[in-house]
Amino acid sequence: MGYNWNWGIFLQPTATGDGTYLGWMFYGFKVTIALSLSAWFIALVLGAVVGILRTVPNKWLSGFATAYVEVFRNIPLLVQLFLWYFVMPELLPENLGNAFKQSNPIVQQFLSSMVCLALFTSARVAEQVRSGINSLPPGQKNAGLAMGFTLSQTYRYVLLPMAVRLIVPPLTSEFLNIFKNSAVCSTIGLLELAAQGRQLVDYTAQPYESFIAVTLAYLLINVVVMFGMRWVEEQVRVPGYIGGK
Amino acid sequence: MHEFDWSSIPNALPFLWDGMKISLEITLSAVVFGIVWGTLLALMRLSSVTPLSWFAAAYVNLFRAIPLVMVLLWFFLIVPHLLESLFGFPRGSDMRLSSAIAGFALFEAAYYSEIIRAGIQSVPKGQMGAASALGMTYGQAMRLVVLPQAFRNMVPLLLTQGIILFQDTSLVYVSALADFFGAAYKVGDRDGRLVELLLFAGAVYFVICFTASRIVRHYQNKLKTA
Repeated sequence: MGYNWNWGIFLQPTATGDGTYLGWMFYGFKVTIALSLSAWFIALVLGAVVGILRTVPNKWLSGFATAYVEVFRNIPLLVQLFLWYFVMPELLPENLGNAFKQSNPIVQQFLSSMVCLALFTSARVAEQVRSGINSLPPGQKNAGLAMGFTLSQTYRYVLLPMAVRLIVPPLTSEFLNIFKNSAVCSTIGLLELAAQGRQLVDYTAQPYESFIAVTLAYLLINVVVMFGMRWVEEQVRVPGYIGGK
Repeated sequence: MHEFDWSSIPNALPFLWDGMKISLEITLSAVVFGIVWGTLLALMRLSSVTPLSWFAAAYVNLFRAIPLVMVLLWFFLIVPHLLESLFGFPRGSDMRLSSAIAGFALFEAAYYSEIIRAGIQSVPKGQMGAASALGMTYGQAMRLVVLPQAFRNMVPLLLTQGIILFQDTSLVYVSALADFFGAAYKVGDRDGRLVELLLFAGAVYFVICFTASRIVRHYQNKLKTA
């Protein structure tokens, strides 16, 4: 069909003179990894808190946690991202909003993306934490309370140690999702992997090579995370429980 | 603090509604094509013909490993050119809507096929055995006995996936196609009222998706007790 394949393009110096096109891709790769890992860390902490709150016998706390989950699950990720990036700085107190708007654009894009991905994912993590806790036999909680533990001690010493080990397999897919979802952040100009792919198309006029390379990079991330998590799953598997949920 | 001014929304409602129609069109076509293609993929994956089941497994794993944004970019930037050079379509013809539908359908089919595969496997083995004992062929048994039962159990999951798909249609933003979100962004950008329009868009998505997921949950509970 008359297309000139040229895989050597990646080793050529860029039009702007800052290294090679492979260097661009590697930069995008690093941004994707840094963004996803930092957002994942926040999502785990927040998701654990919200998920626990959903199971506590207090109407206000569990109501708040339910509302939190519903809000972040029922608004598209792209809309949430634009709300964090374009709307949030306007609604902040003036000096804080101005400080944000005057900071380095890359910092603005990265922070908005990180907060957005973190909260979006935390709602999903919270659901897994809740179902993990709820999947434990009710006798566990009652036994803890009957032993004279306070509610927080029961969570700390009885429920959570089991729940944490049970929810690792379902969390694997959320962990994979956060890398995939990070591609959405290219829409606000963050130069992560997908955005670098588009830029490569514009600069090199070799669309097939560029997109195949970026797609392969995402596959690589996926495979590495899957094998890593499989190892973690084996470490934490609870004897006597069938693997998985 | 920001001074809100919602006055540009009422005039923009017809334009926003046009956008919503595009969002719904993409969602519905992708759900229908996705379920049909997803069912075929699930049947291939479960079939005893090794090449078919390998193909289906590779397809599903590939599409589940790459981001939807990347799939859409493939379909907006690469596939139209490919079709132009392969079939001699007129250059620059606007294929964005059909590209979007094709991209979503092929992508979602991978997710649907996993739901459907689990649904088929949840039907007790004896059903298949009984159907064969009655003299049905494999195809008849699947079509008349297994799939109807499988689909009945799967409906809530398929609908939930449809709600996720509806949310994901906002990603056609990468092709500047004016779906509901794209329309809201354009109006906000034009009037300098991005804050109001984005909040409005978020609220609309929330109301639609929240209501729809409530209905699905209600239906799911009814199914459980039945």
